[in-house]
Formats: sequence, structure tokens, C-alpha cells
Amino acid sequence: MWSGTPLFPVSASTMAPRVDALYFFLVGLTAFFSLLIGSLIVYYAVRFRRRAPDAIGARIEGGAVLEITWTVVPLVIVMGIFVWGASVFFAMSRPPDDALNVYVVGKQWMWKFQHLSGVREINELHVPVGRPVKLVMTSEDVIHDVFVPGFRVKADVIPGRYTQIWFEPTRTGRYHLFCAEYCGTRHSGMVGEVIVMEPDEFQAWVAGGRAEGSLASEGAKLFRDLACNTCHRPVAQGRGPVLEGLFGRTVTLEGGGTAVVDEAYIREAIVDPGARVAQGFRPVMPTYQGIVTEDGLLQLIEYVKSLRDEDRR
Amino acid sequence: MPSHPVLLPPRHYLNDGFGVKSWLLTRDHKRIALLYLAAVTVFFFIGGAFAVLIRLELATPAGDLVTDDTYNKLFTMHGVMLVFFFLIPGIPAVLGNFLVPLMIGAKDLAFPKINLASWYIFVIGGTFTMYAVVTGGLDTGWTFYTPFSTMSSTSAVVPAAIGIFITGFSSILTGLNFIVTIHRMRAPGLTWFRLPLFIWSHYAASLIMVLGTPVVAVTIVLVAADRIFSFGIFDPNRGGDPVLFQHLFWFYSHPAVYIMILPAMGVISELVAAFCRKQIFGYTFVAFASLGIAVLGFLVWGHHMFVAGQSVYAALIFSFLSFLVAIPSAVKVFNWTATMYKGSISWDTPMLYAIGFIGLFTVGGLTGLFLAAVGLDVHVTDTYFIVAHFHYIMVGGTIMAYLGGLHYWWPKISGRMYNELAAKVGAVIIFFGFNLTFFPQFILGYLGMPRRYHAYPPEFQVLNVLSSAGASILGVGYLIPMVYLAWSLRYGKIVGANPWGAVGLEWTTTSPPPTENFAEAPVVTWDAYDYPTQVEGHVV
Ligand code: HEC
Ligand SMILES: [Cu+2]
Ligand SMILES: [Cu+2]
Repeated sequence: MWSGTPLFPVSASTMAPRVDALYFFLVGLTAFFSLLIGSLIVYYAVRFRRRAPDAIGARIEGGAVLEITWTVVPLVIVMGIFVWGASVFFAMSRPPDDALNVYVVGKQWMWKFQHLSGVREINELHVPVGRPVKLVMTSEDVIHDVFVPGFRVKADVIPGRYTQIWFEPTRTGRYHLFCAEYCGTRHSGMVGEVIVMEPDEFQAWVAGGRAEGSLASEGAKLFRDLACNTCHRPVAQGRGPVLEGLFGRTVTLEGGGTAVVDEAYIREAIVDPGARVAQGFRPVMPTYQGIVTEDGLLQLIEYVKSLRDEDRR
Repeated sequence: MPSHPVLLPPRHYLNDGFGVKSWLLTRDHKRIALLYLAAVTVFFFIGGAFAVLIRLELATPAGDLVTDDTYNKLFTMHGVMLVFFFLIPGIPAVLGNFLVPLMIGAKDLAFPKINLASWYIFVIGGTFTMYAVVTGGLDTGWTFYTPFSTMSSTSAVVPAAIGIFITGFSSILTGLNFIVTIHRMRAPGLTWFRLPLFIWSHYAASLIMVLGTPVVAVTIVLVAADRIFSFGIFDPNRGGDPVLFQHLFWFYSHPAVYIMILPAMGVISELVAAFCRKQIFGYTFVAFASLGIAVLGFLVWGHHMFVAGQSVYAALIFSFLSFLVAIPSAVKVFNWTATMYKGSISWDTPMLYAIGFIGLFTVGGLTGLFLAAVGLDVHVTDTYFIVAHFHYIMVGGTIMAYLGGLHYWWPKISGRMYNELAAKVGAVIIFFGFNLTFFPQFILGYLGMPRRYHAYPPEFQVLNVLSSAGASILGVGYLIPMVYLAWSLRYGKIVGANPWGAVGLEWTTTSPPPTENFAEAPVVTWDAYDYPTQVEGHVV
């Protein structure tokens, strides 16, 4: 019965050993202090048990030295843990620049993944081993959460904004992917698998996928269909700003202030254009809230990202 | 013990008027405490029954006992009932209500009518919530996260929200009553630093009740308003922010954890002192630790949201503060342990509960460090690890302390003693059942089993079966005290004013006390837990 019962999760990403090290340290610390306190109270309870019905304890009021010791020592220990935990967290929140982007849209109760190549999958995510992967995630309805225990990563998937996680798988195999934020009826059915493959197998898998076109080219199509190109043109005379070379740049906003153009900025520009208006333009851009799906938004973003400075005319 | 039989005092609060009216219109804090005892006991067993069904469902990996929606309602109602209707009011409204005036030598609380009103408000709020349970139930989780609760759930969110909103006022009124009473009604000579630590911790918890509860009340109203009028406050499609809810909710609900645990700590200080017959080691440190927890407790809510898209720097600040708030709790544990050194330690049932509390609270507190460490929290949050952690605090801590306190003051409340052997057996069963239920959940959590899962992968089954087995033992354990405590009301041995040989003003008056608490208004010239000079005068 026990043979199929793991007591510890597989460790399948570069982050897993770092999280586990902190975990083991804390398990040790917990064991040490629990046993210390536990054995002291049991020992005292036996050693100093009441021997006569009206016996009274010794008169000891306390001691400043002890109080200071057991305030300062735990303080030093927890500050150490704080720094350790923070450094792991920093590493988790900084995806490497060369990470492979995958877009994730959660909805009640399924996961949709879109690769840049245009390949789409549902409740399964194929990734190559040994390569950092960054998931940019949003939700179509309520809050969900992507959790891959084997990789020790987790982040909420929130409607109306993008959150991200990254991981670098170190072993091929299939790993659980759970929705970890309660989202209604089939919450516990909103599960899937991450399938980690050798790089060449992964390439073959991508080539075999029935992609209609890359994500960016799908976005280009949408850009025309939604008539974005009537205002946004590669030349500066358009009614809207030139989008070529926009991604990653810092833009100046109407009314002062600046913003760095990332996925979230572009999303907001499309669904809530009035929120932050680029300097020198009038807020004439219509909102596409409810007109473009979350998947479509991701394609548009990928298209805008693909527009380079060199494409300006 | 004297050789002649001890009799109940001729006049006491229990025989000062009979019949329903004398109870439902009473202004006596002791009777109101008993009204609360009845109410929270009902809610405790309702909440517990939901837990039984949850653990039964989880005995197998497939979701086969109840439907998805039913399961979601079960864990929601389990949380709502036990958090809002048992853990938060439990110790303050029952033991606190009974003991605050007795411990400070007062005739009653400052506002007896408001005290009675708070009970009615509590019962009305509870009834509303029960109405939500029977008409459709609630499936949002006790945390009511938006936009699920505002836009997606089809269950009885609004009635439940109204119920919880109403109940909040009973909490605010109780807190207010305690604060004013402790400031204004202490007996002559009873200075702040002569107060029992039970009073200090209730004072600290009252501050949180008064300052924090209005925030959750407003938040709950916003959820209801968003549902009824579609304001879109939490709807991202209309410029709202679903995560705003989490900030507002945890701004109260993290401090609420301390409403649940601070009074429990106060109980433990009393138990340790009484059953070691000894001054609490480092009295002032323990007293100020309570206030420190109350203040810091308001600054750590963001640790519930480390994976909710918070900025890295906000996460670091919340992590740092969460580590700080661990220190006062650690100080308390060390001081209780040190108090036992060279004590005269009895093994009476209340002390068994106190020892159980210290052990379980230590584990609960230390596992909190896992969650405060941001990089590790990412993996364990929203899994069974966190479920195990907070049950160690809430069940292993608060409920252990509640039961310990109930046993300790039972002779004062009823004038009679329960069956000691049955009580010891019950305490041991509860301790064992508790650990079997919740320890496996730590392992499950690190393995990655998410919380609130109706069905789960088969490799998690063995640990879940252990947990369910533990839960059935725990359930039996909780029924045992019900039986012998009820039995003792009629057949228990009559005890005198001070059966434990403890000090503290509550033991100087008769058991049960008269309605006005003390025959003569006490004057205090000694420190709390002043054993050597006091005990002879009071041992029966
Ligand atoms: C009616 C003209 C118009 C149309 C149609 C239009 N936009 Fe815009 N867009 C603007 C204007 C004007 C601005 C600058 C003011 C602002 O930020 O709201 C802008 C801003 C933007 C920005 C931010 C640029 C920056 O420098 O900050 C992006 C990205 C963008 N639009 C994308 C799109 C996409 C994608 C579509 C089609 C779905 C679209 N726009 C359709 C007029 C338009
Ligand atoms: Cu979910
Ligand atoms: Cu908290």
C-alpha cells in the first residue's frame, strides 16, 4: 500500500532544490524547537509534579537576561530565514531573458496554452528540458492559479491582468499541473500535465502541431480585421502612435509620468485606452473590451512585440 | 479537604430567577456567557459535522460521495461556521464574558444591556447564515474571493454575507464592553500590572475586534452590493479590481487570527500559573507580547497574497513583518515553559490541555515560518500544508485552550466537578486524534495536494485515509466532554469556592458566584499569581 505513496515530491526544475533546501532547514528547525519545548514541558511535568495537595511552586519571577536571550536568538534566526526566503523569491520572480514564452489563459475549468509558434493545447503543456520557460497568464473569468508541484512554482491567474512564472525543467517526464485557487464547481478538475521532452523531440512535436500560423501572424490578421491599422501605421502621420519598436520602450504619458511598455501595458492600451494616453495624442482610440477575446489579445500583443524599429517607414 | 459535605451556596446566579424569561432577558454577564456557550456549542457541532462529511469524501481519490457543488458548500460552510461562529466568539464571549468582571472584582461588565444585545445580534446573524445554508448553501469558500463570489457563484452569497455582517456587530460590541470594563471597573488596588494575563490578552483581542471588524463588515457589504447592483467594484471588465477584495478581507482576517488565538493564550497563562501554583515567568513580557501581537498583526495581511500578483517589494515587506510577529508568540511559549520549572505541577485535566496547547501551538507557530518565507510560501500556499498549519493554530491552539479553560472554570460556572477520569481520557483522545488528522496534511501539502479539492490523484490516498481516520477519533473525542460535563451539572460533586487552590479574584467568591459576583467589593493588595502569601486562605 505504501509503495505507491510518495512522501516527498519529485524535484524537476532548477528551482526545486533551492526551495527544498530551505524546506529541510525549516523542518530541522521545527523539529529541534518542538522537541526542545516538548521534552522540557514533559520533563518538568514529571520532575516537578505536585507531591502534596497544598504544595506551592518556587517563587521565581523571571529574569531579564533570559527574556532578552529568547527574544534576540529567535529574532536572529528568523531574520536569517527571511533573507534566505527572499533570495529564493527573487530568483523566482526574475525570468531569464532567453526564456521561451508560452501564453496561458485559464477559464472555468480548463487551461489553454498558446506557443509562439501558434501551436495551441488544452490542459497539456509541452516544453523542452533544460530551457527556461516563462508563462504569461491571464483568466477569462475568475481567479485561478497555475501550480506545478514538481517545479515548486505557483502563481495566481487573474482576470484583467497578466501574471507570470518561469521554470527550467531538469528532467523529462509528466508532471501534475493543478489549479490552486478555488474557482467553483470543477476546481479540482481543472488539472493538467506539463510534459517535459528532450529538445529534439520537442522540435518534432512543435513541427507536428497543427499550427495555423505563428501567434504573431495570427495577431497581424486580427490587427487588420479590427482595423487597428487605420490609425496605427508604420509612418508617423497616423492618428495613433507608431507601434513599430514600441515594446520594451519607456513612453511618456499625457499629463506627465512614464510607463515601460510590457505585455500588461499593451493589453491595457487595447481594452482600456483611456487609462494611460500616450503623449501628443488625443484619446480617440475606441475600447476593444469584450470585442477581442483573451486569446486574441495575446495574439495582438505578440504581433505588436514583433514590430521592430526597422519596420518603420 | 474538609470532612463535612460541601453545599452549594444558598443564593447564586443560577438560582436567581428561573424560567425562560429570566434567561433571555438577563443582564448578568454570567448568564449571558452561558447563553453564548449554548449558541457556540451548537455552531461548533454543525461546523464539525461538515468536517466529518469532508473527511469522508476525501477517504477516496474520486469525488464519489457527494457532488462537486455539495463538496464546495461543505468546506465553505465548515469554515464559515467555525471561524465566524465558533473560533472568533468562542473564548471571549463565553469565558471572557464570564470571567472578565470576576477577575477584576467588578459586579458586571460596563454595559450589561449591550452585552445582552450582542448575544441577540450574534444569534440573529447566525440564523441568517443558517438560512443561507439551508436555502442553497454557500460555495465561495469562507474567504469570499472575488470575482468568484460577486460574478460567478450561484449560491446564497447575499444572505450569508448579511449574516456575517450582522454577527460582526456582536464582536464589536463585546470588544467595546471589555475595553471600557477593563479601563473603568477594576477593583481598588488592582493596577494594570496586577491584572491576570487573561485580562491583558482579552484587552489586546478587544482592540482588534473594535478596529478590525468594521473593515470586514464594509468589505462584505461591498461584495453583496456588487452582486445585487452590479457596481463592478471587483469586476476587472468595468475597471474594478478583484485583488482589492483580498487586501480588504485580509486586513481584517489576519488580525482575526489573533482574535482567535490571543484569548486562548490568556487562558493558557491562567492554567499554567494555577496548575504550577506559581507566578508566570516574565509576567510583563507576556503581557506586552499580547499588545505587540495585536499591533503587528495589523501589518502582515499581505502574506496571504504572495502569489496573487503582488509586487516583489511588497511581498518582501510583508514577509519581514510576518517574521517579526512570530517573536512575541515565541516569547510566550518560552515563558510558559519556564514557569513550569520548579512549579508544583498537578496533572489535572485543564493542565493536560495546557500542555497539549503548548506543544501543538509550537508546531503551528513554527510551520508559520515556512509560510512567511516568501520563496517557500510559493510552493506551499493554497495546499494542504497551509490547511495543516492553521488547524494546528486554530484547533490545536484555540480549541485546546477553550476546552482547558472550560474545564478549569467549570466548577466556578456550575459549582460542581466533572468526572476526572472521563475528562483525562477525553483529553488524550482529542490530542491523539488531532495529530493523526492534521500531521499527514503537512506531508500532503508539500507533495502538492491543493486545498479545496473534491477529487485528487490516487497517490495521495494513503495520507488522506490516515487523516480521515484521525478525524473520526477527534470527532468522538469532542463528544466525550459533552457527555460528562452535562452529567456533572446534576450529579457532579459539589465543590467549594476554590477547588484548585488557585489564586485570582474569581476563586475568592462562592461557586457559583452570586449575581453581584462578590458579597463585599474586593480590595486588591497583591500581584497576580501571588501564591506564597495567598494560597492558605483559599484552599478549601
Ligand atoms: C481610432 C483610431 C485608433 C484605432 C482604431 C486603434 N487605436 Fe490604438 N491608439 C490610438 C491613439 C490615438 C493612441 C494614443 C492615445 C492612447 O494611448 O490612448 C493609441 C494607443 C495605442 C497603443 C499604445 C501606444 C503607446 O505608444 O502608448 C497601443 C498598443 C494601441 N493603441 C494598439 C491598438 C490596437 C491593437 C488596435 C486595434 C485592436 C488599436 N490600437 C486601434 C488610436 C487608435
Ligand atoms: Cu481552481
Ligand atoms: Cu495572516
